[in-house]
Parts: sequence; C-alpha cells; structure tokens
Amino acid sequence: MNSKILQVEGLTSFLGSREYPIRAVDGITFDINQGETFALVGESGCGKSMTALSLMRLLPTSGRIIAGSVRFGDRDLLRLSETQMRSIRGAGISMIFQEPMTSLNPVLSVGRQILESLAIHQTLRGKAAWDKAVDLLRAVGIPRPEQVIDNYPHQLSGGMKQRVVIAIALANEPKLLIADEPTTALDVTIQAQVLDLILELQKKRGMAVMLITHDLGVVNELADKVAVMYAGQIVEENGRETFFADPAHPYSQKLFDSLPGLNKRNEELDVIHGFVPSLQSTFDGCRFFSRCHRALTLCEKKVPVWSHHNDGRVFCHLYSTEQKDTGLSKHQVHGSNNEKLYADNYNDRSALLSVDGLKIHFPIKSGLLRRTVGYVRAVDGVTIEIPKAKTLALVGESGCGKTTVGKGILQLIKPTSGKVMFEGMELTRINSFRLREKRSDFQIIFQDPYSSMNPRMLVGDIIAEGLRRYSDSNATSRRRRVRELLEKVGLPADSMERYPHEFSGGQRQRISIARALAVDPKLIVCDEPTSALDVSVQAQILNLLKDLQSHMGISYLFITHDISVVAYLAHEVAVMYLGRIVEYGPVDQILSQPKHPYTQALLSAVPQLDVRGPRLFIRLTGDMPSPSDPPSGCFFHPRCSQALDTCRSQYPPVTRLSDGHLTNCHLYTAES
Amino acid sequence: MLVLFWTDILLFSLVVLVVGFAIYASRKEHLRAPWREVSRSGVAMSALVVLSLYLVIGLLDSVHFRPQLADREDADDVRYSTEVLSAFDWLFADLRKRSEKTYSAPFAIHLYNKEVVESELGERRQVYPRLKFGGAHLPNAQKKTIDIALTSVVAGLKALALWALIVLAIARLWAYRESVGTRQGLQKILLGHTVVSWRAILFSLFFVLLITWVAIDLSQKYHVLGTDKVGEDVFYQALKSIRTGLVIGTLTTLVMLPFAILFGIMAGYFGGWVDDFIQYFYTTLNSIPSVLLIAAAILMLQVYLDNHATEFSSVSERADLRLLFLCLILGVTSWTGLCRYLRGESLKLREIDFIQSATALGVGHFSIIVRHILPNVMHIVLITVVLDFSGLVLAEAVLSYVQIGVDPTTNSWGNMINSARLEMARDPIVWWSLAAAFIFMFTLVLAANLFSDAVRDAFDPRLRTRS
Repeated sequence: MNSKILQVEGLTSFLGSREYPIRAVDGITFDINQGETFALVGESGCGKSMTALSLMRLLPTSGRIIAGSVRFGDRDLLRLSETQMRSIRGAGISMIFQEPMTSLNPVLSVGRQILESLAIHQTLRGKAAWDKAVDLLRAVGIPRPEQVIDNYPHQLSGGMKQRVVIAIALANEPKLLIADEPTTALDVTIQAQVLDLILELQKKRGMAVMLITHDLGVVNELADKVAVMYAGQIVEENGRETFFADPAHPYSQKLFDSLPGLNKRNEELDVIHGFVPSLQSTFDGCRFFSRCHRALTLCEKKVPVWSHHNDGRVFCHLYSTEQKDTGLSKHQVHGSNNEKLYADNYNDRSALLSVDGLKIHFPIKSGLLRRTVGYVRAVDGVTIEIPKAKTLALVGESGCGKTTVGKGILQLIKPTSGKVMFEGMELTRINSFRLREKRSDFQIIFQDPYSSMNPRMLVGDIIAEGLRRYSDSNATSRRRRVRELLEKVGLPADSMERYPHEFSGGQRQRISIARALAVDPKLIVCDEPTSALDVSVQAQILNLLKDLQSHMGISYLFITHDISVVAYLAHEVAVMYLGRIVEYGPVDQILSQPKHPYTQALLSAVPQLDVRGPRLFIRLTGDMPSPSDPPSGCFFHPRCSQALDTCRSQYPPVTRLSDGHLTNCHLYTAES
Repeated sequence: MLVLFWTDILLFSLVVLVVGFAIYASRKEHLRAPWREVSRSGVAMSALVVLSLYLVIGLLDSVHFRPQLADREDADDVRYSTEVLSAFDWLFADLRKRSEKTYSAPFAIHLYNKEVVESELGERRQVYPRLKFGGAHLPNAQKKTIDIALTSVVAGLKALALWALIVLAIARLWAYRESVGTRQGLQKILLGHTVVSWRAILFSLFFVLLITWVAIDLSQKYHVLGTDKVGEDVFYQALKSIRTGLVIGTLTTLVMLPFAILFGIMAGYFGGWVDDFIQYFYTTLNSIPSVLLIAAAILMLQVYLDNHATEFSSVSERADLRLLFLCLILGVTSWTGLCRYLRGESLKLREIDFIQSATALGVGHFSIIVRHILPNVMHIVLITVVLDFSGLVLAEAVLSYVQIGVDPTTNSWGNMINSARLEMARDPIVWWSLAAAFIFMFTLVLAANLFSDAVRDAFDPRLRTRS
C-alpha cells in the first residue's frame, strides 16, 4: 500500500533571463505515497505553484527545469519526450486550478469539455462516453447531471464549476491529482463541500492528492503529510498531526502565531518582520535568516542541512547536531512582545452611525425601450449601528450584498430607501455639496491593493489627495502631513516619491490606510482589506488597524468572510444572507452560540486548526439563490435543515434573544 | 515677407505641443518607461529615422514667405511677389524652376513625345528632342550611364563620410554620458549593446543619407522621377506632397481629439442621460456615409471660395483654406471610434477602487476626470492617434482621387495619382507619376505603421509582459 507514486529529487526550476534567473524552485525533494494527501504550504511567491507546473512540465515560456528528477511510477518525467509527457498529463497526473471561472472554456458545454478529455486518453466515443461523463458528474455530486451536461459554464455557480473541473480532472482516473489552491476562490460553505468531495473521491479511488494551499485550516482538513515551502525551498516536512502539534521550523511557528483568532483578541498578533528575499539573489546561509526570531550566528554563513525531528525532517540549524557550540546571533530579529494589551478606552455606547432599513435595488432593464422588468435586491432592509471606536463585522458569502451595504453607507451608491444617520445627520437626504463637505468623516479601504491606487500618481500625491480640498493647505504643509501619515502606517518617508507599483501588496494596503487617515475620518469601511494578503502580512495590517482604533478612536465597519479575522477584530457581528441580516450581536455570543441555522452552518464550515475529523459540520446543500428572485418566506429555507412550515411562507421577524443578540428565525419566535 | 497660413500655425503649434509633452513625459516615470521600451525596438527606431526625414521636409515646406521683387530698384516701397514660396522651394529652387515642355521618363535626356523639328536645311523631321535641363550637360546619350554611376558613387561617398562623422559624434557623446572610452562606446553601439537601439538608428540613417544624397545630386542633372504633362519635375511634386500628407495626418487628429476625449470620458464617467445623449449623437453621425459628408462640405466650401475670390491674397492661401477645411471635416467624421474606446474605458474606470475612494474623499467630478481618468486613458489616445495617422494619409489620396480632396493646385499624392490616371491607358504608358506617389506614400505609411505597432506594444497594458 505504501508504495511511492511520485518521487521528486532535487527539482530546480528557473524563471526569467539566463544572467539573472529567478530561482523559483531551488532543489526540492519529496515523495508522495499512493492514496496519500501531500500538502505543500507556503505564502504567495514561495514557488509552490511553480513546483506543480514543473512536475507537469507546463512551465511558462520563460521558465525551465535546470536539474533534478521526477519519478512517476517507474518513469522519469523529465526525460520523457513531449508526446510521451502528453499521455501522462490527464491520465497519470491531472491538475485542477484555483480559478474555476477561467479553467473552463465558456463557449463549450460542460459535456463537450468532459468528452474532450475522455476522447484523448481513452477510446470512448458516442453513447459510452456520454454515459461515462454523466457518471463523472454524478460522482462529483452534481444534481441532475443529465441536464447539467448540456449547460454552459456561465450557467453554473462557482462551486458547481469547480466540481466540473474536478470531474474533468478525474475523467481518466489519474493516480495523482494536483490541486493548486482548489478552494481559494470559493466561499467557506462551498469550500467545505469541495474539500469533502476531494476527501471522499480520494478514499473511493485510492488516488494520491498533492494539495497546494496557503490556508493551514484546509491543510488540517485534508492532508496526511505537510511540507512547508519558503523562498523556493522546502523547509519542513512532517505528518499532519505532529506538524500541527509541534511545528519545528521558526517560519512554520511564525505562520501559526500570526493567525488571528478569538483567543488573541487582546494581544498584538505576531508578525514576521521584513520581506521574502529576492529569489534572484544567491544565498550563503539560511534564506529565512534575516527574518528569523531564533537565528544563530551560524545561520548567516552556512546553508542548513536536513535534520530529523519528531519523525519528520526540518531544514534548520536549530535541530542539527552541531548547533550546540554556537551562540544566538546578534542579528536576531526580536519578536514583538505579545503582552501589549488593547485597553478599551472608549465606553461611549452612543451610535456614531446608525443605518435603518437600508435598501439598495438595482433595476433590471430589458427590451427595446429599456423598461424595468425587475430588481436585483442587493441590499434589502439592513439595520445596523456602530458606536464610536468599535468594530462591526459584516459577515457573509460573496453575493450577499455586504460590499453594497458599505458603498451605500458611504453614498457611493445611492440607496433606494432607508436612513443612514451619521452623527445625527441623514446622509441620504443632504445635498451633494454638503455631502462632499462631510465625506472626510467616513472613508473606505478596498480589498484589492492593486486597483485601489491610481498607478500614474506618486504615493505622496495619492495620500495628499484628500488634503487638497482644505483651503489652508499648501504644498509644504501637505508634504509634512503626508510624512506624518506614512510614519503612522509604518512606511519610510521617501515612499512618497515612488509609484504604487514599487510596493508589495501589504505596503500598498498601508498606503490605502494612510490615504483614508489623511482626512481624519471617524469611520472607516474596510472592505475585505486583508483577504488578498498572506497571513503574515495580514497580521501586520490587522495590528495596524487595531492600533489606530485604540489610539484614535476610529470605528470600523469590517466587511469580511474570514471568521478568524472577525474573532480577532470585531466587537459586534452582523451575519448577512441574500441582502438581509439574519443574526446580529456581540462577537463572543455569535461565535460561541450561533442561533440562526445559516450562522451555524457558516461557522461549522470554517476549517479549524485544532480539531479535525468528526466535528459537527452542517452541510449546506445547493447555492445561494439569486437576489433578483429570492425564495418566498425565509430566504434561507430551501437550504435549511431545520426549516418549519412557516418558513416557506413568512419572512421571520426580529427576535431578541438576549441583550443585543438579535436573529431573524422562526425557530426562536416559536419558542417565545 | 513671412506668410502664415492657417495650417502652418497649427502644424507648428502641434510641434510645440509635442515637444512640451516630451519634456513633461521625461519627468514622469510611468510615461518614460513605455517610451524607453519603444526606443529599444530596432524596427521602431529605423521607422522613426524615416519619419523624421519626412517631418523635416514637411516642416521646411511649412515656412512660407513671399519673395521680394528684385527687379524694381527705383521704387521706394519694397514690393513682394504674389507667389508664395516655402523654405523648401527656396532650397530646391533648381528643381522647381527646371520645367520641361511635357512628359519625360526618369533619367531621360529626350522628351517622351516626338516633335516635328525643322532642321537648318529646312527639312522637317519627327524626332525626340533633347530636354532643356535633364542631362543637358551631356554631349550624347552614350555617356549617360557612366555619368549617373559616377555621380551616384561620388554622392554615396559623401554620404558615407558624413555618416561616419555622425557615428563618431554619437559614439563620443554616448561614451561621455556613460563615462567610457570613445572606442568602447563605438564598439558597444555597433554591436547593439546599448539601451536605445542606436545601431538600428545609425544604419537606417546611413541608408536615408545615401538615398537622399544620391537623389539630390542626381536631381541637379536629371529628372530622377521624370516630368509630368506640363513638364514639372515629378520628384519635386512628390516631395511637395509630403507636407500635405503630414498636415492631413496630424491636424485631423488635433481637430478630433478634443471632441473624442471630452465626449468619450463624459459619456463613460457620468453615464445616465449624458451617456445616452452622446451615444445617440455619435451613432447618428457615424451612420451618415462619411464620403457624402466630406463631399458636401468640400463642395460648399468651393462655392464660397469661388464667390469670394477677392478676399484671398494668393492662390496658395485659398488652397490652404481648403486643406484646413478638409482636415476639419475628416476630423469631425473620424472622432467616433476613439470616443467609443474612451467611453468603454471610462465606464470601466468609474467603478474601479481608486476612483471610488477619490469620490469618498470628496474630490469633485472635474478633478477626478483630469487627475484620475485622463492619465489612465492616455495610452488609448496615443495608440489611436498613431494608428490613425497612416489611415488618414491614405484617405487623402482616395479623396483627392475622387476630387473632393485638396485643391487641384496643391501638390498631393492623391492629385498625382489622379492626374496619372488618364495616362495609364496610353501607349507607351506613363508610369512614373503613379510610381512616385506610390513609393513616397508607401514609405511614409509603412514607417508610420511600424512605429505605431511599437508604440502600441509599449503602451497597451494587455500586451505588456512582466518579466
């Protein structure tokens, strides 16, 4: 059973020019056994996707494999001709990618795309192939496969598309499935379904899975063996249980420490200082040396060797036998002291912002005369309140309208109806001139650090943009203010003379925060500000946000789908489903005792680090309905396992469960 | 006396604008980077050398003056000729003045038609008479080939010498800037190890110098491209046509840009009824066949010119007004394409995060358009302008051919083709007018297209590869 299906040895792949190559994958070695799930974990840019592409020999044109061997069964893949390699791809090893939207050809029906992969490696044609395709769709849990097979990709939801992608990958019964971030683009409830499916298929077919991900939670759900990658190398490899119980490499330890969570609420998150070194440079010592909190003098000059530790292996001097006689490096990076407590200085409970019955409907126009035939009810009656210096987290899956709520509050989208009271001022009623005056009080930070800044402006000008409006501002005073702001968000002052593209994602997010802070806002709407960032960078941004709140008393409306961030940052939580809030209350109550079935399902779907196996997982069937045509009664009833008869006909009223904990669910109205 | 035509003023203001933009761009990294990319491309740089030659000729031909009449010494007031000349005419006075009687083939020393000549003996014979200027220095036709070859070789050597001097000067300057020795600089340039593709520039410069020098030297003695029906030198006509082509290709753009940018961005950014209005407007305009619109406008102008002939001091001034008007009407009919692109791009940009956050900061609509949208659509404007140029040059030729283009007295490739049209049917065929127009137009359009390809590759973010 424990036969090795894939043996990779010293695999090295370079990208870019020959003079200054980027050492994307630098001598990595690992084995994958039959029927096992091998997880390759690492942050963006560490070379994990390049490893997978090297195995498949699908590197981009600027890439090339320099050295190493990849033994698949009894063949060395790197020695095969391109034609022989084609017979391996799809049939022996197949791959699924992160983005289900772009993995399928939009002009071919789902059936045609499955048949295509069947026709290449098997000589199945006609009815037999068709039946096989239907079987495959059924195997990946697609309801009514006979109908779906004629659908085009755009008719399917994201989760369904990823299932189709998996079906295509499985069509030729590969021995190894490479899954490159298979659930990153999906919502948690859908992610849980897809992870379940992969586990189940793996058990049934006994195939090996190579899982590439940045999410330690997903690793814990699926993997048997874990390898951590850093700067093009594997730095630690171990069985899942040992790895999660006792990560050995300082980098792995830091990765765990920088994860936010409920238990870390009052501390600063641990961060990894500095940056991943450029892979164009050559290294004399350990690549993690400059960022390591346990570095030895030895680490700078000498490349580590593999040492055995806890049944696994680790690429670190700390565990080698010769380390005893060397002292700690002076160069050691000091970890931040985690004792820093965020005192709750603000006890004023009066609302800074109160939103009452906010509705934002987008008309659907059709026909020659562009008549309105219906509405997309993106936001359908949202009532929330944010006190000063508090954080309200708005949680929900994509498409539930949470971003629209944020934009509606800021009047970037004109609300259809409802009230937005900001410091006693009704924002939906005041004229555009007064609104522009008032705008500096509420700001927004976006998810994508790349599109949130004009690429053709200097960082200094970007930050100063909001300052220009003040009549007393001149060029020198603005520059002084920009310098202050850069310091506040932890960027060097010379950043203002540079362009946004010269900064990394995390640094750009700091610039966005500086731009928002420039006008002294009282409220900042944070629209998933960390979901495009790596965990270690996310920790830095979360620390910054929390620090600003405790010092400047800024309130946040934090829009996110990430429950661990909510647990760390939020004071109150509002859970949104299909344009309406279904549960609302203090963060500890919602997270520990969720009442609404949707909240329960959402929380149970989040992959956990500490528990595994038969935990209570409420499986949601189907997808979120369209907000243009919501179901009758409670919007959640078609997917709810506890639905009552009344749920089908009546939308549940608000039920007050305890002080400040509200929910819209018939289960609780019936009780009272 | 200096004469300023409308097209001259506009052409020179365009040059000032371009120079101003170049200075502005050299300070902004995001603008400098794509141009650096363009300067790396050998093809683009060769095309640029060719384009510069055209540009120099076109600009020389745009400095107009009326020469002083020298023959009246007694008069107190200085009097000027009614004929308007350009700096180019003055430089190439020989070419302009040396008219033959009628057609003659390239490098011919005899006319193309037989004429009845009465000899001293009173005998009337049909012969091909000798040309007045073409090859007039030759005693007989046998020496022609040797003379041409010799002149070419001498001219070629002169061109080579000048080129060598230029190469040395550039190598010296480059070496000075990079602080290396001249010898090393020369080596690097010739091996193509420089950022700017100097090697391509210098080699194309060599060919340009060679061809111009040989052509100029030969044109002193021969009609290198023959003469037309009234005996005018075709080479001169073709050179004069360059200005017309450049004016049409650039001024039309200048006319259309404000419309396209203003309407396009407004439609995309504001949306709603503004968008509806602008869309209906340009869809309507677009559905009128542009040739009809141009024909109607030009014919109306012609009527006006004929009725108000006294208001113009010279024929050239009238012709110039017609040229300007042609630019205007071509501009009016051709802005919709760019407008559509800009509308689409602004529509996309309006929803992008940085515009939203500017709105959230309370920045006004005008500032958002100027500071955020305009710089981010500029690459589209630039690409369209450069790509449109060659299309417009060709459009001029077509319009002149159907006689709704420039004034018949204006030299243009279209007019040359039009006048050569009838001669295509005669036997033996008169091919050189057509060929000359073709060669000149082809070179310009090819160079412009190659250059614009490189510009598009450098500026289009979708084609830009991250390495």
